Amino acid sequence: MGKEGKWEIITGNHAAAIAAKLSRVKVVPAYPITPQTTIVEYIASFIDSGQMDAEYIRVESEHSAMAAAIGASAAGVRTFTATASQGLLLMSEVLHWAAGSRLPIGMAVVNRAVGPPWNIHVDHQDTMSQRDTGWIQIYVSSNQEVLDTILMMYKVAENPDVLLPFMVCLDGFVLSHTYMPVNIPPQEEVDAFLPQYNPTHWKLDPASPITFGNLALPDEYQEMRWSMDLAMRRALDIIEDVAEEFFERFGRYHGGAVWKYKLQESDYAVVTTGTMASEAEVAVDELREEGIDVGLLKIRSFRPFPHRDISETLVDKRGVIVIDRSIAFSSGGPIGTEIRSSLYNLADRPPVVNYVTGLGGRDITYQDIMAMVKDAIGRITSRRIRRPYYWFKLKPEFERVEISEEVRL
Amino acid sequence: MTITIHDLRKLPGSYMPGSAACPGCGATLAFRLVSRALGPNTVYIVPACCFSVIQAPYPKSAISAPLYNIAFAAAAATASGVYRAYKTVNKDVNVVVWAGDGGTVDIGIQALSGAAERKEDIIYVCYDNEAYMNTGIQRSGATPLKAWTKTTPAGKREMPKDMPMILAAHRVPYVATASVGYPFDLVNKFEKAKNIRGFKYIHILSPCPPGWDFPVEKTAEVGKLAVDTYFWPLYEIEDGKLRITVKPRKRPLKEFIRLQGRFRTITDEEIDELEKIVMEKWQFLEHLEKSERVF
Ligand SMILES: Cc1ncc(C[n+]2csc(CCOP(=O)(O)OP(=O)(O)O)c2C)c(N)n1
Ligand code: SF4
Ligand SMILES: [Mg+2]
Repeated sequence: MGKEGKWEIITGNHAAAIAAKLSRVKVVPAYPITPQTTIVEYIASFIDSGQMDAEYIRVESEHSAMAAAIGASAAGVRTFTATASQGLLLMSEVLHWAAGSRLPIGMAVVNRAVGPPWNIHVDHQDTMSQRDTGWIQIYVSSNQEVLDTILMMYKVAENPDVLLPFMVCLDGFVLSHTYMPVNIPPQEEVDAFLPQYNPTHWKLDPASPITFGNLALPDEYQEMRWSMDLAMRRALDIIEDVAEEFFERFGRYHGGAVWKYKLQESDYAVVTTGTMASEAEVAVDELREEGIDVGLLKIRSFRPFPHRDISETLVDKRGVIVIDRSIAFSSGGPIGTEIRSSLYNLADRPPVVNYVTGLGGRDITYQDIMAMVKDAIGRITSRRIRRPYYWFKLKPEFERVEISEEVRL
Repeated sequence: MTITIHDLRKLPGSYMPGSAACPGCGATLAFRLVSRALGPNTVYIVPACCFSVIQAPYPKSAISAPLYNIAFAAAAATASGVYRAYKTVNKDVNVVVWAGDGGTVDIGIQALSGAAERKEDIIYVCYDNEAYMNTGIQRSGATPLKAWTKTTPAGKREMPKDMPMILAAHRVPYVATASVGYPFDLVNKFEKAKNIRGFKYIHILSPCPPGWDFPVEKTAEVGKLAVDTYFWPLYEIEDGKLRITVKPRKRPLKEFIRLQGRFRTITDEEIDELEKIVMEKWQFLEHLEKSERVF
């Protein structure tokens, strides 16, 4: 292990900004949106005070923020931006463009509900709705994990076997505006871990001119998409390798594509992500006190999705409880859907109970998670899983309607 | 330095054989001229437009300079990113947006305005064929009054946006109009622009035989008549000072209009009305030329 870092008590947004600085990003196009705003404010102040050597582009929209990030990355330098909610949605077209151009752009997304109605609080609808843009998506649970993951993900994304952009997703307010102790590694240690970005696949350079992105006909296009899918799948092992390398150098490990807690011999597994996973850790301890044998599998990487790890880990469970903070209307939680597809082809698969909850910042505590786990175990043991997913923590009058609603599948 | 016909022949362009342009394409002619003036140390950012097709499909390309295709609304922002990245590594390259009129005056206007406000050191070129041609001739904010397109089958009812003046109002260091009918005026504006620091905007009228419905061998003639009938005045605005660069040869507007099928339904009276509007604009430009600053 190298030199010790420095402890500071900072917000998740501050941690993201410091991570961008430590990563020595060269260009930061920025557009503010609650609850992301302080990230781009911190970076502006780092640059203006000379602590950070980068170009800051005060663009007029998120579509332009991502388009400028694409230009900068295509010109061959490490690039960072940040957004949330409506800003991410406005970027959608160019998110696809960044990934299709195989540009390892880094972005912090502060998860926030999508309007209408306006709501600035956390859920995962914004990022999960951008699932198929070709971006790596990592969800984190603490401010330390925000900082460490951004450093790690540049290394993953810039790996020649990957070359895809990444977003590190942190829960709005719960992380973005909450102060926590964070160990900030020394710059020289980060430099040794994360060398300068030096693209060899392609870049915009008059010394070696190339035409990029011109028409590709049906005879060419499909292999290009395949190569993105292959890169995404290969990223799984690389995420794990980099996490281990990070652990050796910095002494911290947050998991690879998943993080497992007391899962080894447990009967049941609860699967969730983001800060709900921190609550779930407490819930697991409490439930075990009560004699309910449950462990936690936290999804860090939603894209790439670690199907194999999940099916191997969950195959022996008596039941799996998946808690989503996002709704795929009429289909359930996005993670629930993925978990089912991980398990479906197993000869003897555990039942899955999926809950959709915590939308628009509705608080989900460890007691709520305990309640969901107990409800699920009741359904599993009595074979009463009648729906592909259940809403949790609806107001009673809405809950009544939901229960009385006939299940039409 | 002024580029003459002798220089132009010798300058290496970035346009190779094998393009997918229609015969007589004004946009392609414009690119050939511009790439000669700018030279090989140039990067082109191209949003969705006819030029996405003209450059030829993968794995081929008719363009020998680096060219990056980007989404329709995003060109000026992407070019900003390219320029800033080069700045961090002290690389001096002409960063050029090569966009159609739709990508400029309609869907791309927001990113363009932002980049102009920030005074990004790029050259933004609008090659203007006065409609959405890639998608098969629909109106744009640059389509002239009365012109037929597939979404204005009875003729367009609105005046086009005056994009060069909109850019001039951003107080950028250089704004110019050009026409493929006046190639030396055109290339010399680029020769000038590449030596100016900050945001440069050049708007090139680029006649389109299928879109405007005229014979393919008449592109240069149509481009010339547009200027000589006052329909498309050639001027530049350098640091706020306007200068008319080509004196029109005082031809009646009818000669320009009647060459093109897109004005098929226009009556002689309507041409007179249009001529009045065109001459008012010309007189306004002459007035502006006399003033100290336009903006
Ligand atoms: C966001 C988006 N909307 C619509 C299109 C379809 N589209 C492609 S090119 C084009 C028109 C381009 O017109 P212009 O910029 O004038 O260039 P031209 O084709 O005339 O050269 C349109 C509407 C697109 N590619 N992207
Ligand atoms: S439609 Fe017009 S602008 Fe497009 S390639 Fe053909 S001639 Fe050129
Ligand atoms: Mg056009």
